[in-house]
Amino acid sequence: MVLVIAEQRDGVLNRASWEAVAAAQQLGGPVKIAVAGAGVGAVAAELAAADVAEVISLEHEGLAVYTPDGFVQALAGLIAAESPSHVVFSHTYQTRDYAPRLAARIDRALAADCIGTKGDSSARLFVRPIFQGRVNADIALEGPAPHLVTFQIGAFRGDAAKRGAQPAPVRSVAASVDPASIRQKPEAPFREAKQAVDLSQAERIVSVGRGIKSEEHIAIARELAASLGAELAASRPICDSGWLPMERQIGSSGQTVAPKLYLALGISGAIQHVVGMKGARTIVAINKDPEAPIFEIADYGIAGDLFEIVPAMISALKQ
Amino acid sequence: MNEPRTLDELWTLDELWTLDEPWTMNEPWTLDEPWTMNGPWTLDEPWTVDYGLWTDRGFVKIAVCIKQVVTREWQVRVNESKTWVRDSDASWELNEPDAYALEEALRLREKHGGEVVVVSAGPARVAQVLREALARGADRAIHVQGDHFSTADAFTAAEALAAALAPEQADLILTGLQSDDQGFAQVGVVLAEKLGVAHSTIIMEVQISAPSTGSGPADLRVKRELEGGWFQWVSMPLPAVLTIQSGINQLRYATLKGIMAAKKKEIRAVAAPPVSTVKQRIASVYMPEKSKQTRMISGSAAEAAKELVRVLREDARVL
Repeated sequence: MVLVIAEQRDGVLNRASWEAVAAAQQLGGPVKIAVAGAGVGAVAAELAAADVAEVISLEHEGLAVYTPDGFVQALAGLIAAESPSHVVFSHTYQTRDYAPRLAARIDRALAADCIGTKGDSSARLFVRPIFQGRVNADIALEGPAPHLVTFQIGAFRGDAAKRGAQPAPVRSVAASVDPASIRQKPEAPFREAKQAVDLSQAERIVSVGRGIKSEEHIAIARELAASLGAELAASRPICDSGWLPMERQIGSSGQTVAPKLYLALGISGAIQHVVGMKGARTIVAINKDPEAPIFEIADYGIAGDLFEIVPAMISALKQ
Repeated sequence: MNEPRTLDELWTLDELWTLDEPWTMNEPWTLDEPWTMNGPWTLDEPWTVDYGLWTDRGFVKIAVCIKQVVTREWQVRVNESKTWVRDSDASWELNEPDAYALEEALRLREKHGGEVVVVSAGPARVAQVLREALARGADRAIHVQGDHFSTADAFTAAEALAAALAPEQADLILTGLQSDDQGFAQVGVVLAEKLGVAHSTIIMEVQISAPSTGSGPADLRVKRELEGGWFQWVSMPLPAVLTIQSGINQLRYATLKGIMAAKKKEIRAVAAPPVSTVKQRIASVYMPEKSKQTRMISGSAAEAAKELVRVLREDARVL
């Protein structure tokens, strides 16, 4: 049996949980879904639309607000009771926060940030991108079951999760949690108060990455953006360096965009960036490294020196 | 205050290190006695576990776990047996998220006083990043030696770091949220479980304050990054492990003064503990398949730029 751990916050299901369901269904065999929290019956009922054997709402007051200590205790107990062959998660920030500790607590293997599976139940391999997506590794997990696996957001399609002819049974399970042992005291989530630049509405975006090399070179990207009638954006390292404001960052920790044209200048194409822009209709990549992962998702590519190509584009656009 | 040094200049760090006369590379850093895991540490002094920062100890002791990874510019190539990358000719650098963790530790020490200890597990070459950390301002270093760490899974690394760190009794342990090579994003969290201390991940701000109760452990309050521009403050008791997000601060680089001062600092070599169980095995490593037809535009910069503008106007119709 494959156990999917779905994710919710304040009773709202994280859509990425459907991707984990799709991944689990592809592994084969019966699938169960568990969702942890306090009063998550409605989320469990929503998940019951999936073609699965059962949905478990794992309930405890101590799980009302997410903490790694609380979730590790609750899920370690559930896994012991259910004895699944695999436990499948979507690789969200919350999963990253507690799944490794859960794996360590129950002393089982964890393959994180996988993008696919190979083989069958007798010889299962999980595919992970390594070296910033430049190469893939097929991973075999060792030791007794269950094996824990987290799948990269977007590696599976949520709408590919098979729905059942009728709703799956929902079972409420009282989680075993000692609230006194929860060390983290979380406060309410918030957004930084800033004048928001809504890049999601931009028709064209010129985005710069590490290849721009220094802050003064941002100017040529800005000039190209002006020539194209585009907004200027960046990958995370550029904003970390303070060369462009954080609000212009595209990727998992920034904005998600889907413009008509996305022109990536000196962006290698790390997954944290790609998840924020792969929905663009036309993607152009200019990068000196012909093997940069960004070319895998580009419609048009130029492997060359952006400091020569960008000025040439600006003059070509004037004609 | 600090003369900034670009990453390209880092080689000079090693050069400067070796140029100095009375200092021989091997003397202080190699094992001068056969350290064993249970050897001298536990005997040193009877630690009473008291983390009162402003009470008994009077300062904060911070450990930073750092990893040496191949540089981003290095062309990743799969080795002949397709089991790893061909890194014998690679150039190496400090894993960038770990650099931010080190910087945060140095800033906390400047604010609260105390000691910063850097720890790295790896083959002989990782002494390079330990020296660099000392030159940036860390007080001393521990090198957990073992060639197997190059390709080790997260549990193996975390167990080795835990063995080295347990006798240190640090108040706070920082590390980058993931490495640029294998990118497990697990080691810090598993380490926390192995040490039995609290943890939090993807941290963008760290606050330590005197205990509200007047004595006992100091209060730790951290800003976690959530997805899509959301954040959350979380409090927890010390000791704790935090995984640090890139961009939390502005990095400092080693100065000549820092490099000279670092030569007097200790790099203690310790043997790796025996590997308990391998949980993850790399079956094969290979270049990813392209999922999209990319039209690569060649020619001189002027020709390529002109052709790109043409296809964006006439074929893609996005201008």
